[in-house]
Amino acid sequence: MSIEAALRTENTPRVSELRRFFKVFFSRGVVVFGMIIILLFIIAAIFAPWLAPYDPDKIDMNNALLQPGKAHWLGTDALGRDTLSRTIYGTQISLIIGLVVVVLGSIVGMTLGLIAGYFGSWTHAVIMRVIDTLMAFPMLILALLIASLLGEGIRNVIMALSFAMVPAYARLMCGQVMTVKENDYILAGRSMGASHTRIMLRHLTPNCFPPLIVMMTMMLGTTILAEAGLSFLGIGVQPPVATWGNMVNDGRQYLLTNPILSFAPGLAIMLVVYAFNMVGDGLRDALDPQLRGVI
Amino acid sequence: MTTYIIRRLILAAIVLFLVSVFVFLAMRLLPGDPVLMYMSASSVQEITDEQLAQVRHQFGLDKTLPMQYVDWITGVFRGDLGKSILNRSPVIDEILRRIPITAYLGILAFIVATIIGIPAGVLCAIRRGSWLDNFVTTLANIGITVPVFWLGIILIYVFALHFRWLPVMGYTSPFDDFWLSIKQIIMPVFCLAVGPIAGNARQARSSMLEVIRRDYIRTAWSKGLTERAVIMKHALKNGLMPVVTLSGMGVGTILGGAVLIEQVFNIPGMGRLAVTSVMNQDYPYVQAIALVMAISIVFSNLLVDISYGWLDPRVHYD
Repeated sequence: MSIEAALRTENTPRVSELRRFFKVFFSRGVVVFGMIIILLFIIAAIFAPWLAPYDPDKIDMNNALLQPGKAHWLGTDALGRDTLSRTIYGTQISLIIGLVVVVLGSIVGMTLGLIAGYFGSWTHAVIMRVIDTLMAFPMLILALLIASLLGEGIRNVIMALSFAMVPAYARLMCGQVMTVKENDYILAGRSMGASHTRIMLRHLTPNCFPPLIVMMTMMLGTTILAEAGLSFLGIGVQPPVATWGNMVNDGRQYLLTNPILSFAPGLAIMLVVYAFNMVGDGLRDALDPQLRGVI
Repeated sequence: MTTYIIRRLILAAIVLFLVSVFVFLAMRLLPGDPVLMYMSASSVQEITDEQLAQVRHQFGLDKTLPMQYVDWITGVFRGDLGKSILNRSPVIDEILRRIPITAYLGILAFIVATIIGIPAGVLCAIRRGSWLDNFVTTLANIGITVPVFWLGIILIYVFALHFRWLPVMGYTSPFDDFWLSIKQIIMPVFCLAVGPIAGNARQARSSMLEVIRRDYIRTAWSKGLTERAVIMKHALKNGLMPVVTLSGMGVGTILGGAVLIEQVFNIPGMGRLAVTSVMNQDYPYVQAIALVMAISIVFSNLLVDISYGWLDPRVHYD
């Protein structure tokens, strides 16, 4: 049943929140498709050593630039490294960076947004102007600026991307907090003597969370895309470590003869980003309070 | 209205000030001594402490941080963005050479995004659930997720290497060779526009759907107006308001995308300069580009805010 159809049916009996959540979440084909893609990539990342047919870094000049075939399903690159194996190992870098950046960025961003939204007045003004300032830079330029200051390496890429993602979380969280804090239960909590910290952590944060979960899911995709962009430019994680971004870039030289070298990793980036976006969309529908108790 | 504009102007001024402070601090927080970097770049073999102090004084680096900021920002206002570490040429000259190229491509991409994205979204909303809607929505979802640098490479493979319809890469000024220039910018402009096209289409669709459900639209239908009149005269005005906000954000997407796309298509704009400068550790350029891009985004946001107030009389001007 589509969401709209469900909305229209009145007098339907109330069902448990969890069942309703799953029902709405899995009601759309693309969301299920997204979940399957994400699961496949997670499996690929965890079991890479067993799934990859070859060592991703093993140089074999006798088998350089092979076309896709039986021995090498996606062919080999200029150094004879197996493209399929490198793409599978690339999953690890992308997912790890995506996950760590989302955790770091959202913790810092949500804390800033929580403080700004809860205390209001000048605290709000100061924090949000700083956030506005960071938002004035295109995300990639901000990441580039910070990566250039910190230098290369996976840790610095994580730092740069986390920093670049903070403003988005802070802004959303701040808006959420400002709405939620107007509720009577917050006032009730205060009048019973709950501290600011308790109100913020126990009452505000959980009630502000649904849209942030949606955002975090979509940001996983955005982060993976940004990381791929940085390593495509040669500024992110350095070779010989296989990342999808630097594979696309390396393959560019052999575009005429071996287009698969760029196509395969790029397709992986697109699939995983698309999947996170669709799952985010599904979460948004499933967490929509308007539908609560209806389906 | 005037108070609203003044308020927005003040906010923009504050953000611009903070942007300049951020860029300035980023420059000073460099790992390593800028003077040493400068000296070693000029291949001085042995540097005594006295020489170092002298150079430091010469660059004003012995002053307090706020004073250094004042020195730097007055320089910026006079058009002095410092000198390249690599070749000692004034940064401003190179930046001014490259701004028109990035701006040209960016503005074209913005126009393309608007004239394709918005009508596509509106059409989807009107024909909701049709195959056209499903098709365009799927394309839009792919459009916001595709890595633009990869899309560029695919386009090069298909249209330049395979069919040989378009040149592989490069940039020619439209004043030098108009047709070659047009051929060269088709692919980069499309790549830059893909994200904003998809974003506009999605936003236009969802906000139009929101509006179409309203009572006043039902009233318009029941008056017996034609579909054309209902959509064009009643629904569009309210439906496109959120799209205006979003298209302002598209400027950031386009400028960020320029970094990647100029690299893919070998276009000598600001984005490519940013990448080569990061590679060469030529920080003055990186900072100048970050500053220029942030300023253009602050101004485009200001423009959006003001046009919003002008388009929607309900916006509070206090």
